[in-house]
Amino acid sequence: MVSTGLVPVLITTFLASAVEAVEMVAIVVGVGATRGWRSTIFGAVSGFATLAVVVLILGVALSQIPIGPLRLVIGFLLLVFGLQWFRKGIVRVAAQGFAGMAAAGPGEADEEWKGPGVDWTAWFLAWKGVVLEGLEIAIIVVSFGVAANNLGAAAVGGVSALAIFLAAGFLLQRPLRMIPRSFLQLIVGTLLTSFGTFWAVEGLGVDWPASDGAIVVLIAVYAVTALLYIARQRRGTTALRVAA
Amino acid sequence: MARIWSWIIAVPRFLYAFIVGDDWTVAVAVVAGLVVTAVLNANHIVAWWLMPIVAIVATGVSIQRNYAPK
Repeated sequence: MVSTGLVPVLITTFLASAVEAVEMVAIVVGVGATRGWRSTIFGAVSGFATLAVVVLILGVALSQIPIGPLRLVIGFLLLVFGLQWFRKGIVRVAAQGFAGMAAAGPGEADEEWKGPGVDWTAWFLAWKGVVLEGLEIAIIVVSFGVAANNLGAAAVGGVSALAIFLAAGFLLQRPLRMIPRSFLQLIVGTLLTSFGTFWAVEGLGVDWPASDGAIVVLIAVYAVTALLYIARQRRGTTALRVAA
Repeated sequence: MARIWSWIIAVPRFLYAFIVGDDWTVAVAVVAGLVVTAVLNANHIVAWWLMPIVAIVATGVSIQRNYAPK
């Protein structure tokens, strides 16, 4: 079986997981700061346990499918998903540049729990944040890892992003919101679109010129495309301002 | 029963929103591009160039239609 190199798999899964991890940490830290930490941490840990089961089932199920059809299906899914982040990244970077996340908290709960036992609202909010954002990380990491025939590297990329951003979230709550998420989303969108294109076409039995080297060319082509579309969006906005 | 039914509806809805997002036409363009790529390849015509073009054009059209400054 052909496997994709360790470094591109690590970088792509790390960055993709980082985008979702920032949101996850923002939710957990927001709930913890407003409702109290004990039940929030309990909810987050329960969320991670739920995720571990999902990842295990998903990983085992996908490993049973032959690599050719798997790359077509996963390539298609990564391409469609990658294009979504690609266009959102273009539009957001064109509009906001390198601005970080909004300073708003979760807004769903605003009073610290002072009663006995578990605060089930905090538990549920933290669990939901971890499971929903984590599920997105799990889908990206497992599908990317299996298609690259390098699930171990993909898991290391995903888990290390989660660990780093969780630790950073608890230690440095304000700087975490300064991360230029839109720009990160654009980079990951470019990478996922490139790998998705490569694997989907390869899954159809089509040979790429330069084999795996085509991935680098695809990344460059999509990066230039993003720059051109960002410039076009900005020109449109500037023209409207002038006309007004 | 109602809770199970809500989960049955919620899971595909989550997956659709997560993977396809706000513009289904891009997914349709990708499917069409892959079908044409498969047809070209079956007829021994070089086909690797098609999908990058489809992806770039679909993105441009989607941005123009959904996010053009008004």
